[in-house]
Amino acid sequence: MQKRNLELRDINENEYIAHQESNLDQALGMGLSKDEFELICNKINKIPNQTELGIFSAMFSEHCSYKSSKKWLKTLPTKAKHVIQGPGENAGVIDIGNDQAAVFKIESHNHPSFIEPYQGSATGVGGILRDVFTMGARPIALLNALRFGSINHPLTKHLVSGVVKGIGGYGNCIGIPTVGGETNFNKSYDGNILVNAMAVGLAQKDKIFYSAATGAGNPVIYVGAKTGRDGIHGATMSSAEFTESSSEKRPTVQVGDPFTGKLLLEACLELMQTDVVLSIQDMGAAGLTSSSVEMASKGGLGMHLNLDLVPIREEGMTSYEIMLSESQERMLMILKPGSEEAAKLIFNKWDLDFANIGEVTNTGRLVLDKNGFEACNIPINPLVEDAPEYDRPYEILQNKKIIKSDDFQSNQTLNDILIKMFKSPNIASKKWIWEQYDSSVMGDTILCNGKSDAAIVKIHGTETKKSLGKGIAMTTDCTPRYVKSDPIIGGMQAVCEAARNIAASGAKPLAITNNLNFGNPEKINVMGEIVGSIKGISQAASTFNTPIVSGNVSLYNETNGQGILPTPVIGMVGIIDEVESCLGISAGNNNTLIILGQKQNFTEGWLGCSLYQEIIIDDFDGAPPPIDLRTEKQIIETIMTLNNNKLLTGAHDISDGGLLTATCEMLFENRLGLNVNLPKTLLSSNSKDHLLHSWCFGEDQNRIIISTNESEKVVSLLKENLIDYYILGTTNTSSNLNLNELDTISIKEIYNINKSTIPSLMDTYKS
Amino acid sequence: MRTAVAIFPGSNCDRDMAVAIKKITGKSPLKLWHKDTEAPNLDLIVIPGGFSFGDYLRCGALAARSPIIKNIKNHVSRGGALLGVCNGFQILIEANILPGSLVRNKKLLFTCRETTLEVQDSIQSPFLSSFNTGDCLNIPVAHNEGNYIANNELLKELENNGRIAFKYKKSSEIETDYNPNGSLNDIAGILSENGRVLGMMPHPERSISSLHGGTDGLKFLTKSIEQIVG
Repeated sequence: MQKRNLELRDINENEYIAHQESNLDQALGMGLSKDEFELICNKINKIPNQTELGIFSAMFSEHCSYKSSKKWLKTLPTKAKHVIQGPGENAGVIDIGNDQAAVFKIESHNHPSFIEPYQGSATGVGGILRDVFTMGARPIALLNALRFGSINHPLTKHLVSGVVKGIGGYGNCIGIPTVGGETNFNKSYDGNILVNAMAVGLAQKDKIFYSAATGAGNPVIYVGAKTGRDGIHGATMSSAEFTESSSEKRPTVQVGDPFTGKLLLEACLELMQTDVVLSIQDMGAAGLTSSSVEMASKGGLGMHLNLDLVPIREEGMTSYEIMLSESQERMLMILKPGSEEAAKLIFNKWDLDFANIGEVTNTGRLVLDKNGFEACNIPINPLVEDAPEYDRPYEILQNKKIIKSDDFQSNQTLNDILIKMFKSPNIASKKWIWEQYDSSVMGDTILCNGKSDAAIVKIHGTETKKSLGKGIAMTTDCTPRYVKSDPIIGGMQAVCEAARNIAASGAKPLAITNNLNFGNPEKINVMGEIVGSIKGISQAASTFNTPIVSGNVSLYNETNGQGILPTPVIGMVGIIDEVESCLGISAGNNNTLIILGQKQNFTEGWLGCSLYQEIIIDDFDGAPPPIDLRTEKQIIETIMTLNNNKLLTGAHDISDGGLLTATCEMLFENRLGLNVNLPKTLLSSNSKDHLLHSWCFGEDQNRIIISTNESEKVVSLLKENLIDYYILGTTNTSSNLNLNELDTISIKEIYNINKSTIPSLMDTYKS
Repeated sequence: MRTAVAIFPGSNCDRDMAVAIKKITGKSPLKLWHKDTEAPNLDLIVIPGGFSFGDYLRCGALAARSPIIKNIKNHVSRGGALLGVCNGFQILIEANILPGSLVRNKKLLFTCRETTLEVQDSIQSPFLSSFNTGDCLNIPVAHNEGNYIANNELLKELENNGRIAFKYKKSSEIETDYNPNGSLNDIAGILSENGRVLGMMPHPERSISSLHGGTDGLKFLTKSIEQIVG
């Protein structure tokens, strides 16, 4: 280490600039506030140089510090007997029996995917996979929750095409099946799409790897791809609103390399079979900065790194660029001293860089050397502990207006409405999307992509003489219309629908990862959406004993001041003990369809915030359907009991589009027919009657349609347990959905519409 | 029965293929690494699917220049059986072990779905001799570059000499997109001149359980292995 002062002739000009004192203007330019800049100067007792300021700005960004949401995230239920690791690590970990653990997390890549849809979504997948295998788990499944703008918006098809290709491009290549998720369209996402990727992995319960650094003097190892100039300050970009000039931010989007991702996955898992890895952290948002700072902070230690030893892709990279690059497919590890050579052999075998770039210290400081001079020397604590935490003002707006069926004026038959329903890309089959994802690689996918309410992947190697093995069930859910109208109910509903979907696939709900996507938290009502939905999620998650074990927050999803619909996506994981008892949505012939959770005297359905309303008035309004958590829990337990008694042939929850839409979806695969058993009071109505429409399309919650060929046994069990139910009818081979004399709907016709809606929209787009 | 699976950086169906083979033979296949220059005598080598070397340059092009390819060619000249699935088929073509080319799917989209394969009237081959011409197998595909093309001369050679193993079959008269990639003459798999090398786009190793994907892939692999052992 040189002791004399740095002079320009010592190093290149850009590096020299990185060593110079920063100022307030630069701090503002990096997204920090004046108060935050002053706080930094106070805490480190000096004016930070450019590199140090860059490090602070990344760590203080909303993306890394959760400064607007932290106060409320702390109120989420995170504990249960089966939770091994809750929020705060790379991913959450739960016990799934047999000494195995499920490791999972969801994460957004919204801002980059809008700017550069292919790379943005691809690196979203790559990033979430690294979060999972960093913990020592082999990823076994991917899901994604996507929200796009109106299908007629000029950018939407370009974004759909690019995002789907990007997700497939990464997942297919790395060889992890993409098995589920959801795709919705709404004009509020015209300027801010949402790309949330979820990964689920499997690990041995006693072989989980954590990120806290240990042992002063231990080597800090950099592995994976080289560091380039891509994605510099991505975390800061992702923490700001969009304006017209946002496409200029394309250089802040990272570039994914799934091939290197695959090599890194195999090399890390191979190294983890030994006992030399003390801690490990992936380089995600804010790259080497957040990984080194978080590892040191969690261990209560410091880190001294020599940036000249970091493998770089381009000549002349400055300390600032190296620390803030978000180049993908990189990891930071602390190894047992003396094990470096053996570890290096593994990474050499996989043709990956392996560099010993420094050591753990007990100084509590982050010290960085470059070109023989000190480029950064700051205390770690203020970067994490003193990161601002805001108690932003909020107001939870709850729309209490009850929308009655009488309020509607339209002259459409049930058949007209159903055709419109399945012509909407929100309801129509997403096969065009799913077929671009490899859903069967790894050979364990049992149910995926629309065949069931939740995807089911077998746990490899759990076959016994008695059973084909255990399985993991997974789903992502959120109904943003409901959250907008009432954040508390909307938050609850997202959890309920997820739990219902897991149960309808034959599994038991276990735990949650959430992705909270909102607009600008500095707006009082947006903050209200955040707080309200967290309250709702908390209540529902506590009821089902499905704690939140990991998650991600994405704020500032606004363009020119227009925010997205609040979208707190729930990713839920469940377990099924024997995969052969899983349930798909398709009914067989001569099956009885029974609605669990629907009272015999139910005649007026809930149309507020429904897709029906959206079809009629091209908007939504009123209170969302109410949620009864106790009933929901009962329904979920009931379907599990029915399935354990092997009484079911299929199940499908009633959600977007209501009862008739769900019924059609159950009849599609075998093009079956059904004579719908209408309540007596509706028999005298006609096909244009809005009360009848509300019964058919209302989105009342807590309902699942089951199909069975043991209807007597099912009914007696339901009666015994005092569960509300309604017998909808028995399937036949006519392919007609008959509502007494009121209307006859051709399932074949609706099936063809369902199948062709998205292909015909997308085939007109040529990328 | 001595079997092996050849693994390249970026292979991702190697485990699935090993599981399928073990299910049939009771023994895990040997793993050959792309840098291996020595290999024991084997009855069957399988090159599994995946994205060897990230599909960079051209699918299979870099893998076809790996050290292991010399071994594989020796194995073929000894009369050993060789199966290339998906990326494995692409590698066999790039290594000039099988003729023709595999280009981007006609719709320019990756496609993962079920397909129905019809067994063709082929030359003597251990992979097909347990099946009758016209037999159908339901086996999934998952690829971006499975569109088989050949010049007229080669196509004639393949068609006239029984070197087409499988074609994608229409399951109904009205079906229009039964061929997932637009391949010439609906070709899904082809054989070498001696019938002991098969390259195919569909993944038999993904169809080995009644719960998912069906068991036609297992049937195909089981019969192939029985015949190879003789």
